[in-house]
Amino acid sequence: MTGTDALLLALGALAVGSGALAVATRHLVRAGLYLVLCLAAVAGMYLVLTAELVAWVQVLIYVGAVVVLLLFAVMLTRAPIGASTDLDRPGWPAALIGGGTGLGLAALLVEAYWWSSVPLPTAGSAERIGEQIFGSWVLPFEVLSVLLLAALVGAIILSRPDIGRSPVDQAGVSGADEASAEGRRPR
Amino acid sequence: MRPVIPYVTAALLFGLGTYGVLRRRNAILVLIAVELMLNAVNLILVTADTTVRSQLPHGGQVFALFVIVLAAAEVGVGLAIVLQLYRLRASVAVDEVPLAEPPPTTAATPGEADR
Repeated sequence: MTGTDALLLALGALAVGSGALAVATRHLVRAGLYLVLCLAAVAGMYLVLTAELVAWVQVLIYVGAVVVLLLFAVMLTRAPIGASTDLDRPGWPAALIGGGTGLGLAALLVEAYWWSSVPLPTAGSAERIGEQIFGSWVLPFEVLSVLLLAALVGAIILSRPDIGRSPVDQAGVSGADEASAEGRRPR
Repeated sequence: MRPVIPYVTAALLFGLGTYGVLRRRNAILVLIAVELMLNAVNLILVTADTTVRSQLPHGGQVFALFVIVLAAAEVGVGLAIVLQLYRLRASVAVDEVPLAEPPPTTAATPGEADR
């Protein structure tokens, strides 16, 4: 066992441990923070596996943007600060299916690779990944930018329910909105 | 480098994500579990990129980048849906979402007659 293996083992244990805490904790905010730890450990594994660019994109987009969005949503839905008791459904079917999936996949991969060893390639710099993206994979890249635009427009339309209604309907709905806002105010 | 270590880590993370998606009632926690599953798939892709010698070099890392972008789009739209659900029902419990709309009453839809 070399230093690389020991590092991968430690980071993998950290990722699995914090992932288990993220799906098991009773505190909403802590679930997001355990997710940060898990994602950072996975980014460390990417670094060890010589995928430098993917590791830093992971830190930037996942830890920087996605988790912040999730924490925003936790706070916008007025989540309780302390432990909540109503976060979970009965556990045994989920444990059965989740454990079966995880252990089954793990058994499959262990059976495929056992304790074999492969040499690590030279560290993948951003230059070589960029050549691949803008050479062989440029069409999926462009399609992905269209998809991001569609997601952006979709999120805006979802969060603005007054877009795309007829004027008559809109008048009725905005009246109803005001009425419900009036009703909600004393709470 | 023993490829079995990151592979087994990814399989266990995927299992944890499946467990979380099925177990949690809060929609935001379901999204967190989905992020765990996406990360497991990314880890598989990056490990396969270093393990398997392919015709196109670094295909796995490029796909991992694509999956990260997809996850960002998914979380944006998902959170917009969750916030809309909270605005409508003041709750984000996924098992309290009605799967069918209640039948419309005549008094509630005054605009329908004009169409």
